Amino acid sequence: MRRLTGSVLVAAVAVALVGCGEHEQVVVYEQGQYQGKPDTKPWDNESFAGDRAQWEASIKARNQSQNEYRRING
Amino acid sequence: MARMKFICDAERCIECNGCVTACKNEHEVPWGVNRRRVVTINDGVPGERSMSVACMHCSDAPCMAVCPVDCFYRTNEGVVLHDKDLCIGCGYCFYACPFGAPQFPQAGAFGLRGKMDKCTFCAGGPEKNASEDEFRKYGRNRLAEGKLPLCAEVCSTKALLGGDADVLADIYRQRVTTRGKGADIWGWSTAYGKPDAPAQQPDAGGKS
Repeated sequence: MRRLTGSVLVAAVAVALVGCGEHEQVVVYEQGQYQGKPDTKPWDNESFAGDRAQWEASIKARNQSQNEYRRING
Repeated sequence: MARMKFICDAERCIECNGCVTACKNEHEVPWGVNRRRVVTINDGVPGERSMSVACMHCSDAPCMAVCPVDCFYRTNEGVVLHDKDLCIGCGYCFYACPFGAPQFPQAGAFGLRGKMDKCTFCAGGPEKNASEDEFRKYGRNRLAEGKLPLCAEVCSTKALLGGDADVLADIYRQRVTTRGKGADIWGWSTAYGKPDAPAQQPDAGGKS
């Protein structure tokens, strides 16, 4: 009888302590997989004919044209 | 190629709305949909600041995370795009986006929400590059033409920059170190340069 009471007591304490445990409160989103159509690369067209290097060079030149210090000073 | 990003310099933006107009015209965006808009803080008060805001093409985009039909994808250039054929117009992305970028056309008398529309970084969508379908659904694909977003390219004060994030960071850094801070940013000397020699003072004892 005494043993049973002890077991019940231990179980009750264990159950009570569960409430003190810390659980993650922040929702963690799981990134889904894209379900739509595949897209083509920006250099896969008539202008660049699949030439990635040429496309990158064009974008790089456009990037630099936004720097007015470079444009003014040559 | 690094990630494509926008950056807006609040010290330079003059709230001309040129970027907004250019975007609407370039992509033939319908009434009620604003892919880009200019936000002004303390409007009319000295020291007001304006910023041009659109989709920021987040590296960890919340719109992608909450979309129930997974219609978003990120290109190798870091541009966040979506498939309109898959979009159900639920509006979750609008609630998730901290910039209010996703827009929903108001169709019909009851204000039905259509498919989501947002800034594409002028990169079109998952249709054949420069095709009619791509233009109708997503607007013009300037990136496939080797050009950058029109909003940034037309910005008259170059407040809005768009392109490779590393290059933009270099441009912005050079700009900030050149112009200084506080009262040095604006004024006659900054605009027209400091005079080589001090201006001559009028002779106090001269003829009247």
